[in-house]
Amino acid sequence: MAKVKVISAWLDACAGCHMSFLDIDEAIIGLADKIELLATPITDFKEFTPADVGIIEGAISNEHDEEVAKQIRANCKILMVWGDCAVFGGIVSMRNLFSNEEVLDRYYSTESTTINSKIPCSEELPPLVKVKPINQVVKVDCYVPGCPPSAKAILYALSELLEGRIPVLPSETMRYD
Amino acid sequence: MTRKIVIEPVTRIEGHGKVTIHLNEQGNVDKTYLHVTQVRGFEKFCEGRLFWEMPVITPRICGICPVSHHLAAAKAGDAILGVKLTPTADKLRRLLHMAQMVQSHALHFFHLASPDLIFGMEADPAKRNVIGVIAAMPDAAVKGVKLRAFGQKIIEAMGHKRVHPNAAVPGGMNRALHSDKRDEILSQIDDIIADCQFAVDLFKDYCDKNGEVAESFADFKSAYLGLVDDNGNAEYYDGKLRLKDQDGMTLEDDVAPEDYLSIIEEKVEDWSYLKFPYYKKMGYPAGMYRVGPLGRLNVADGCTTPLADKEFKEFKKLGKNGILQGSLYYHYARLIEMLNCAEEIKALTGDKDICSTDIWLNSDCLNEEGVGVIEAPRGTLFHHYWVDKTGKMLKANLIVATGHNNLAMNRAVNEVAHAFIKDGKVTEGILNRVEVAIRCYDPCLSCSSHALGHMPLELTIHEADGSIRQVLRS
Repeated sequence: MAKVKVISAWLDACAGCHMSFLDIDEAIIGLADKIELLATPITDFKEFTPADVGIIEGAISNEHDEEVAKQIRANCKILMVWGDCAVFGGIVSMRNLFSNEEVLDRYYSTESTTINSKIPCSEELPPLVKVKPINQVVKVDCYVPGCPPSAKAILYALSELLEGRIPVLPSETMRYD
Repeated sequence: MTRKIVIEPVTRIEGHGKVTIHLNEQGNVDKTYLHVTQVRGFEKFCEGRLFWEMPVITPRICGICPVSHHLAAAKAGDAILGVKLTPTADKLRRLLHMAQMVQSHALHFFHLASPDLIFGMEADPAKRNVIGVIAAMPDAAVKGVKLRAFGQKIIEAMGHKRVHPNAAVPGGMNRALHSDKRDEILSQIDDIIADCQFAVDLFKDYCDKNGEVAESFADFKSAYLGLVDDNGNAEYYDGKLRLKDQDGMTLEDDVAPEDYLSIIEEKVEDWSYLKFPYYKKMGYPAGMYRVGPLGRLNVADGCTTPLADKEFKEFKKLGKNGILQGSLYYHYARLIEMLNCAEEIKALTGDKDICSTDIWLNSDCLNEEGVGVIEAPRGTLFHHYWVDKTGKMLKANLIVATGHNNLAMNRAVNEVAHAFIKDGKVTEGILNRVEVAIRCYDPCLSCSSHALGHMPLELTIHEADGSIRQVLRS
């Protein structure tokens, strides 16, 4: 059987969902026979190429994030999102209570910051946008909520996709803190 | 014709960043930059929250080292309450922290960095990852997975979850350790210590075969910062700040963590969202210092446990005055620390009071500010909070481990680019070497700008008129 090709990215997130995926522990060794990781944060392919499953962790918080989400969507048949940031906007969407100027002004003028510092503005740095969940930018096929989702929930969702089914998470995987 | 090479995203590190390398007319390196391309805003959006929520909010800065933020936030909360922990609460927090050191160091070495050492820096990118390691060296890979799982299971036993656990609260801990869990940890710990020793030996073997590379790769002089205990040993949970210069001279010693503002300041550069901390008395950029495993072992006089201390003494012999400068030695130091922390887990779980339920103290004091400092896996982490009379956050200042290494990582990128890019010749392998230099520091870019970075690698070669001449991707 051909391996299922997977691409993934983390956007405005903490990498905790990818860590929760690695928390499947030894199961990763069996999974390596069934899936092929193309461009992901833990492999060295830099460019998204056509894949069966796309996975996004994290919210959209700058223009670059929007681009990456669109690239993944364009390259995958099924888009799955992991974690509260990608599903709902998550903790970083608390930023929406403030303007971007207020956020940057505070960070670049803390008690330890050199006096009279200005806010970085180089063409290499993407401008901030209002924080949004992924489905406000591209169509999402499958949601795995949690902060982070448990390894069990992630493994269940992946296994269902490998069987060709859109996962419906059992209630015991939907219990949180 | 000048050219700009872009590496984006940098992979097998945590977070988002990109590298630009600017070449001069002759195709040699003129300037290099590591740009951290994200900013998240934790310092701002914490304002108005209650300070006891901080141990739950701030771990979301980083999913690899959430326990560091959890504990630094709890420690800042202890300071606001003016509480000195009960002995068992202190030991439980240390146990939680040691478990995280083991899982985070194992993850970085085996899952992220080892492919460069096992396959070679310029190996085929298709196998240069953890899945490739599983196929090529199943025994070592299984040990790595087991080490990480061991640390994660302790965190889960103590804080209910592996990532973003909830165990520490201002004033102590919110649950005791069950004796069944303690016995389970003790039944496995000797095997885990042996696996940590195996990892140290694996890297020593690499040094024996590639001594010159280990010594010379991204090797440059800087100062070093870390916490030490009362005996000068490397300390991860609670201690005093020590700063040494490139020759091993002590610049600062016995500095109380809450006095950090007397020694550290952060510069802003236009081209990165991440600030650049430096040693205040030496100014910028001369005051560059490094933190994390290499920083800690460079400033320390020893390790607290026998096997790690034996390795520490051997390690220090490689440096002049006990100071090692090569970036690859970060991995060596990281693995000695992992051994140290595994031995500490054995000592803590064997302690007669570890299962006591005397784990939390209340207080009717509410100080206006509190500082919590801890050695996160990647280096010294500062949480500084100011609150009003009701305990609502007025302000927060965070300086995160990877931030301290910002100057050093830029320097490492520059060293490697200069050493390997000549006459305009660039290959995927050379670009990976640049990333290897960054990976030594195990950067956590989500933490660093309390923002996340993302690093795949793309190389765009522009003509002087801005048109694209060639695009290379790794």
